Amino acid sequence: MKADQVAVGGDPITVQARSVLDARPEHSADSPVSIHAMTVAYRRRPVLWDIDFDAPQQALVAIVGPNGAGKSTMIKACLGLVPMASGRVEFWGMPLRQARGRIGYVPQRESVDWEFPVSALDVVCMGRYRKIGWFRPVSRSHKMAAKECLDRVGMAEYADRQISQLSGGQQQRVFLARALAQEADLYFMDEPFAGVDASTERAIVEVLRELQQQGKSVICVHHDLATVGEYFDHALLLNMRVVASGPVAETVTQKNLHKTYGGRLTLLSEASEAVARSGV
Amino acid sequence: MNAGLHRFLELDLLPMLAGALAALTCGLLGNFLILRRLSLMGDAISHSVLPGLVIAFIITGTRDPIVMLLGAGFSGVATVVLVEVIRRYGRVDPGAAMGVTFSVLFALGVFLIEQAARQVDLDADCVLHGQPEHLGWTVPSDFGELFTPATLAAVPRQIWILLMMAMVTLVFIAMLFKELRIVSFDPQLATTQGVHAGVMHYMLMVLVAAATVASFEAVGSILVIAMLICPGVTARLLTDRLGSQLGVSAIVAIVAAVGGYWLGALGPSLVGFDTSVSAAGSMAVLAGVIFGLALLFAPRHGVMQQVRRQRQLATRVLIEDLIVTLKRAEDAGDTSVEQGQLAVVLRDAGTASRAIELAMREDLVLRAGESVSLSELGRERADGVLRAHRQWQSYLIEEAGYRPDHAHETAERLEHVDPKPGD
Repeated sequence: MKADQVAVGGDPITVQARSVLDARPEHSADSPVSIHAMTVAYRRRPVLWDIDFDAPQQALVAIVGPNGAGKSTMIKACLGLVPMASGRVEFWGMPLRQARGRIGYVPQRESVDWEFPVSALDVVCMGRYRKIGWFRPVSRSHKMAAKECLDRVGMAEYADRQISQLSGGQQQRVFLARALAQEADLYFMDEPFAGVDASTERAIVEVLRELQQQGKSVICVHHDLATVGEYFDHALLLNMRVVASGPVAETVTQKNLHKTYGGRLTLLSEASEAVARSGV
Repeated sequence: MNAGLHRFLELDLLPMLAGALAALTCGLLGNFLILRRLSLMGDAISHSVLPGLVIAFIITGTRDPIVMLLGAGFSGVATVVLVEVIRRYGRVDPGAAMGVTFSVLFALGVFLIEQAARQVDLDADCVLHGQPEHLGWTVPSDFGELFTPATLAAVPRQIWILLMMAMVTLVFIAMLFKELRIVSFDPQLATTQGVHAGVMHYMLMVLVAAATVASFEAVGSILVIAMLICPGVTARLLTDRLGSQLGVSAIVAIVAAVGGYWLGALGPSLVGFDTSVSAAGSMAVLAGVIFGLALLFAPRHGVMQQVRRQRQLATRVLIEDLIVTLKRAEDAGDTSVEQGQLAVVLRDAGTASRAIELAMREDLVLRAGESVSLSELGRERADGVLRAHRQWQSYLIEEAGYRPDHAHETAERLEHVDPKPGD
């Protein structure tokens, strides 16, 4: 598992060697999510190339990278929302189908219509639908549990509000409460900090820490490089390929950031440049 | 049984029932199309079932309702798939995709009727308008025999199909309410929870296609389209919860159908005409009228309410401008200001006297002859407004990066709104 977290890149030869499937180390069954050779393409244009990643247990992982790096796509591919061209994703060594009940998801806030005729509590209850099961109405005890989740994000008094009457930050908290209501062991969150006010940001961080203390893992698409180190302990630098992954202190370095964001230089073009220079 | 009731049962009950059942079924399903921003899908499906019907007829040679239902259901699903494919690969918005699909398919249907099914009684006109008035029922004159098998057997097949369709829809929505809600609101979360949004979408579309087919033989596709959209959007204006929206849309659909039927039957004679108009048409028109009323008078989203809210704000701005002017004069040493001077600051004399009157009603200003001064309450309010103005001004300059000489004008507008920065 350790070997997998070592930063990939730099040496083009390494990149080539790693793309040989058989050369990969076997994935650990302890890892909440392990991604193996994931490639995703939209209309034949690849957006994610050959992703390998093992999330450590009980970790807060930030996925960092420029726009169009495929961060959301990677999450969606893990969750089966976007088809993979190739590769495999396992959760605690199990396929998605068996692990569904243990996985929570917070989509991007803009992905839904906030004019939809539901209350904040209704939205949080949606996190419990899987537990409730098909055809059954939402029972009182599930509503109570949902209310408790709203309380944990400081939104208890807004339970009966229609969601369009909430501010952006409050809407994000409702989404977070819904994820809590899922009572999952692993959470995927797509930019939970995007466009929220300072107090919501604090509330979200608090919830993330709480989840970690309860032994859960969180994988977050994160935009703000300034707070990566403060909020997360692991980082995955992504730009269509994994540039680097591991503990934040070792991963989020100038050199790696340059590789991820720098001067429009993607890892691929850098590699081909290096090849050209060495005259191979 | 008295003659009037007997006449009603024989002539009016079934057409009205057909309209109400079709309206209820379509009205309920329409909610989910509207919420998923697919309102036109009803339009698309109800037009494109035509080629499905004709092709089913050409293949089997019968007009058996089961065959028709299958043909229409199949083309309904084909429409949904086509729309999805065109949207995705043609890179156009869903409206354009639906428009292309249904106009071409409908034309294909008309063409097929003209060419291949000429010898049979498949009439494109009838598909549009339907003929609910032709649903008669032979009723015995004795009440006791009303529910005998023989009498019930005289109820036309369209009614049974509509009744079955309404039941299926009610059961579908009641059983899957929570699943429909989650796939309509957040299909991605639904899918990760194992409620496959795509599958639910197609189930809904098959049901819309089936409801369309079941309805339009009796009531025509114009009513189907109207009922797929009008009750839902009306209810959307009146409610903020999915459950109550469904309930209100059902009531609107039934009221429009029953009311529309009587309006069509009796309305023309009320205004002096000797005929009656198409029942389906008048039902659809009434549904539109109900929507119009809701649009105007809905308590939260209605036009009137929005106008009222804007008026209230305008009044508030006017009063606050007046008292701020008085406060500034007071700070400069004038405890009262002549009405004529206020007219200059507040645009004109009429506005000024209206502002003074409104402010006096709230005990914010005092008037002695021509001169106007602030009351204690008015002074407090004016201080509040000025504080807000300063807060906004510094917020705009410091946080929003306004140039100092530009901030005043914007702060002038923002001082009237709630909340203030830092609240």
